Amino acid sequence: MSYNLTYKSFGERSILIEWPQIIDKDILYDVLAFKETIQNSNIKALPEVNNAYNSLLVVYSLLEFNFENKVKTLKEVYKNLKKIHKPTFNLWKIPVCYDSCFGIDIEALANSKNISVENLVILHTETYYTVYFIGFLPGFLYLAGLNEVLHTPRKATPRLKIEKGAVAIGGAQTGVYPCKSPGGWNIIGNSPINFFNIENEVPCFATSGDQIQFYAISKHEHANIKTLVEAGVYQIESEVMHG
Amino acid sequence: MVKVLNPGIYSSIQDFGRFGFQQFGVPLSGVMDKNAASFANAIIANAKDLPVLEITMMGPKLQFDCNTLICISGADMSPKLNSIPFSINKVISVKKGDILSFGRLVNGFRSYLAVSGGFKTDYIMQSYSMYYGITKKTKIEKGDILEIESNKKSLESHHASIKVNNDYFNLKEIEVFKGPEFDKLSEAQKKILFNQDFTISKDNNRMAYQLNEELENDIEPIITSLVLPGTLQLTPSGKIILLMRDCQTTGGYPRVLQLSEDSINAIAQKFTGNKVCFKLIS
Repeated sequence: MSYNLTYKSFGERSILIEWPQIIDKDILYDVLAFKETIQNSNIKALPEVNNAYNSLLVVYSLLEFNFENKVKTLKEVYKNLKKIHKPTFNLWKIPVCYDSCFGIDIEALANSKNISVENLVILHTETYYTVYFIGFLPGFLYLAGLNEVLHTPRKATPRLKIEKGAVAIGGAQTGVYPCKSPGGWNIIGNSPINFFNIENEVPCFATSGDQIQFYAISKHEHANIKTLVEAGVYQIESEVMHG
Repeated sequence: MVKVLNPGIYSSIQDFGRFGFQQFGVPLSGVMDKNAASFANAIIANAKDLPVLEITMMGPKLQFDCNTLICISGADMSPKLNSIPFSINKVISVKKGDILSFGRLVNGFRSYLAVSGGFKTDYIMQSYSMYYGITKKTKIEKGDILEIESNKKSLESHHASIKVNNDYFNLKEIEVFKGPEFDKLSEAQKKILFNQDFTISKDNNRMAYQLNEELENDIEPIITSLVLPGTLQLTPSGKIILLMRDCQTTGGYPRVLQLSEDSINAIAQKFTGNKVCFKLIS
């Protein structure tokens, strides 16, 4: 289906394209189809196209920016957009150690939900999470799909330091801190994987539209994988999926 | 090369930013005041976007290990070469062993040191701009060695006649565009935004400037969307946050205004206690 999009001028040289204000996988696929078409089109000198849940930002070079002309072109591109009915994406399997030495809030969180830590881990690992976009920190994936039972408010006072790899829950979201950072989410585990690596030409393995599944590992396995990751030889398990 | 004898309060190498990596959550970064950094580079015949040292509020003490040409533009922090004061916005010839230091802040807030050929520090993702988690250093520290090229060009060949205009340092009026959520503001809120003075709070840095005054509102938070340097966000508690060059790529607060590029440059020269007012342009 085609959505009713709005086009807004954003600053001196950008256009913000907005879809209906809901978080929805079909909207994401539409956003990504439009994004890809813009990137592959011959609309010249486009330094930057970036998406969030239901929006697309197109940044032009200052010299050639003319809002009305650009919107006209974009509308034409959208009208002729080939809809992706069955998108292809990667499913990434991410190891997480849920031991309380990493998951410093996991016991309190399980208690507050009246479930066991084991059940919490099952609820967190049985879901395929959809990557909507990367933001907040370099390599921080915005994931949707967290089981409602696990929705938990952010901590009233954020921690000044959260470890790299911390797996956390904040509100209706779950995510992995790609680097040391202050943060207010509840920490339930740690992943030894690099979510952002400046050494790689493409610094993040996952991209908008991909899926993530977590699986539980022991402290010992965490240490082993971390060693492989640091040596640059760890291969993240993945499958190609069709939506 | 240049040796850092004393780093000052916050000095970092910056160019015009890291384009094309925002899809990975990487901030744009780059010099806070593009205008001043361009002057410093142009005066010594560098391309205007070559990496410079951005100096905040209080200058460092640096020793040069080779001959080169330098120029300082932007805020006047009373620079001295071997303890002898010199003027900003001028080509200065530096000899091996010379020591560059700074004194009192006379005007502005950010000063730019350009050297012939630019600084050659870590080049990551097509930019020299220092940023936590991207480059090894976030700012310069005591004992650091900053690579530069030894310069053989003579003074005469340079653009000593470029006219520098720093009037924007004292400009109170900041030009803004409507932001994506501008229409969610009530008429009363717009009236306050465009008729009142606002004060830069002590929370001001390369990521964002907060303003002291608040704007009461009941605008719903948005579904996390894209933001830019210069985006003015309004929090549910009424705080006004002006995003600057190191801002995140996405945010969930309503984006009510968007600063022009010139306005971002002007804000970069303001600090705690300075007053601003907003003027809507289209």
